[in-house]
Amino acid sequence: MQNGALSGLKIVELGHLVSGPYCAKLLADLGAEVIKVEEPGVGDEARRREPFLHDKADPERSGLFLYLNTNKLGVTLSLKSKTGREILHKLVKEADVLVENNPPSIMEECGLQYESLKGINPRLIMTSITPFGQSGPYRDYKATELISYHIGGLGYITPPVVEAVEQYPPLKAGGQLADFCTGTTAAVATMVAVFYREATGLGQQVDVSEQEAVASFFRSAFSAYSYTKTTQGRSREARRPAGVERILACSNGYISFAPIQEDHWQRLLEMIGGSELAQDERFKDAAGRREHGEELTRVIGEWTRQHTKEEVADLIQGADFPGVPVQDVNEAVDWDHFAARDFFVDIDHPKVGKLRYPRGPYVFSKTPWRASRPAPLLGQHNEDIYCGRLGYSKEQLIRLRSAGVI
Amino acid sequence: MAKLPLEGTRICDFTWVWAGPFATMLLAMMGAEVIKIESSQRPDVTRRAQQSAAQQSTSVDPQLVKSNDFGWMNSCKKCCSLNLRNPQGVALVKEIIKISDVVTENFSTGTMERLGLGYSALKEIRPDIIMLSTSVAGRQGPRKNISGYAIQSQALSGADSLTGYQGGPPKDPGGNYGDLITGTHGAFAILAALYHRSKTGEGQYIDLSMTETMVNSISQGVMDYVMNGRLRQRQGNRDDFMAPHGCYRCQGEDKWVAIAVSNEEEWKAFCQAIGEPAWTKDDKFADGYSRWANQEELDKLVNSWTKDYTHYEVMEILQRAGVAAGPSVNVEELVNDRQLHQRGFFVELDHPNPEVEKGLNSRAPWRLSALPDIVYQRAPRIGEHNDYVFRELLGLSEEEIARLTEEQVII
Repeated sequence: MQNGALSGLKIVELGHLVSGPYCAKLLADLGAEVIKVEEPGVGDEARRREPFLHDKADPERSGLFLYLNTNKLGVTLSLKSKTGREILHKLVKEADVLVENNPPSIMEECGLQYESLKGINPRLIMTSITPFGQSGPYRDYKATELISYHIGGLGYITPPVVEAVEQYPPLKAGGQLADFCTGTTAAVATMVAVFYREATGLGQQVDVSEQEAVASFFRSAFSAYSYTKTTQGRSREARRPAGVERILACSNGYISFAPIQEDHWQRLLEMIGGSELAQDERFKDAAGRREHGEELTRVIGEWTRQHTKEEVADLIQGADFPGVPVQDVNEAVDWDHFAARDFFVDIDHPKVGKLRYPRGPYVFSKTPWRASRPAPLLGQHNEDIYCGRLGYSKEQLIRLRSAGVI
Repeated sequence: MAKLPLEGTRICDFTWVWAGPFATMLLAMMGAEVIKIESSQRPDVTRRAQQSAAQQSTSVDPQLVKSNDFGWMNSCKKCCSLNLRNPQGVALVKEIIKISDVVTENFSTGTMERLGLGYSALKEIRPDIIMLSTSVAGRQGPRKNISGYAIQSQALSGADSLTGYQGGPPKDPGGNYGDLITGTHGAFAILAALYHRSKTGEGQYIDLSMTETMVNSISQGVMDYVMNGRLRQRQGNRDDFMAPHGCYRCQGEDKWVAIAVSNEEEWKAFCQAIGEPAWTKDDKFADGYSRWANQEELDKLVNSWTKDYTHYEVMEILQRAGVAAGPSVNVEELVNDRQLHQRGFFVELDHPNPEVEKGLNSRAPWRLSALPDIVYQRAPRIGEHNDYVFRELLGLSEEEIARLTEEQVII
């Protein structure tokens, strides 16, 4: 069997929804062993989230859960019970890393804070992911993707300008961009701690705050602010001159374009309206195009609306002008470019069968991304782990189950 | 002083703009020695980009330009300057690569090969080299030549199509999300490859695609299409099942608070926190299903309460009751946020141009309990570490360095 880049690393995951499970998925997908621990009967909250295969709501049919938990082993364990915690200690003792995204107060209630666990395993790396971090005035505050995206600063600039500020609130982007940002950040931090341990033999707690991960993505703005000491409002008036709208309607969808250089503009204007437009006083330099952004948007928009987005993309790319069609999700998933890169892989699952999933966003030449197993059924590996590794008998497992421990 | 986690790892860094440099900056912050390869003829474009009105330079010399853009992507790095159009420059950079563990680049497809620095060439210099190549759509495939950054990757991935007001056109997610999520994946990929090499001695080539990182981040939309052939619609700040869920107007000019009520328990706590107004007893809002179905009306009623408080007050009131809420902050509010301050998130660093005052950067987006007091360095000037790289690392003599400078190999 081909090894992954992270073969040999042993991870225990106490994760739910996105940020914790995605961090662990990134490690699992590159070959680390991940044992995902879920609450008996109930399981990860993600199991209850849309979309469901053929709209049949079932804890084994959630597309979100299936995607986020590929390549993991799954056990059930109640951390509310003393026996459950003892079993977790046994798992943690053999692990390199514990990844969790639970509220700090819950971890403390369960006696699972880092200070306790490091007594069991001094080399343990504990990656703790929370909305605001393990300390500070917001430590025990709740957040969902909506709150995290907004309190990290990205919401207020999505989009940067609106027609009427009372009518158009700041927006959360589609998807779970804050959560995925955080899970990925936590995976980097976890590996940093792995390297630290290789050099020093020491484990530690890795404290990842979602607010900080998102604010880090907002860095260009706060850096600029520290020099200008000004913030821009969202209204057209506050942003005047606003410049050209970047996403414009075509006959069958939208085009997204991002001109940067002066000659990009010259070529575009030439293509749309010949030399007359290319030499139009209003649009002939960056200052003019900002000043007359709305007019320019109108002129370009009139042209784009007469063509399909594919035609516009071909024409402008032919003129070496950066712009691409705004693809709908089906166009992205079915994109021939992705097919040529084997970006979508088939993974077979005992309940939902074979589905396509996006692989990780990279191609490693020696240790490729692999799907060795689908997301686990709830408690699927209880016997393998508890009997096979921890030495419990099958009878004991039945008793543990009756007692609600597993 | 405590050893930093990545001390001893050297990265020969050809990246520029955002996605590539963010990856190498995360690693530099953790102690990796990142040697940025630039030249005054071909400086990183961010040295000149986005100069604020307060910082307009008349100088074209990138060393004297006052742009703040470069600083926030290049802290903790070293920089040496080489003319890669000169064969002697390429020869010298190969010497640096020979003593480096990792090479990173995010040029357009084919550029490194044209410079004689493609992966097969690098493997001859150092068989266990790790090379990370970052691009909009990857280095293989029919669209490998699309050039660009976050905007293109967000548009191609389907992310834009999922972002926007209900019934409105697609919008770009804010900031340079595509660039920064890609840089984060890049840092992770490098560390994974280094880990593999530490166990096996084997290096490798990594092809990282920005568009693919974005598809990874919009999983529900992707899986709905894969499983059900359905396209998720843009829904503004709304949710699949939670209500209230959205942004609500608060006191002041264009101030908003985000509120998300996840279950019955939180709804009861919410009603109590806002003083149990009569409308909360309406049948229309009696359970989660009805609240979601009537959220148009519900949102107006929630607004009737939030409008009398500041967005920070709403956060405090609701969080105390166990309900998720937080302000939609502008940059000024972010910079003054007390949680971020208490956690020492912001770091003031010098600007590479000594004429420009210090500016705000941030520490690594994580805290390590074993290393609570990491110190960060400002971004480098072009060629600032030429002496260190050419004399100390490569062992060139003063005379050789002088000659190379005169011949504009070092420039």
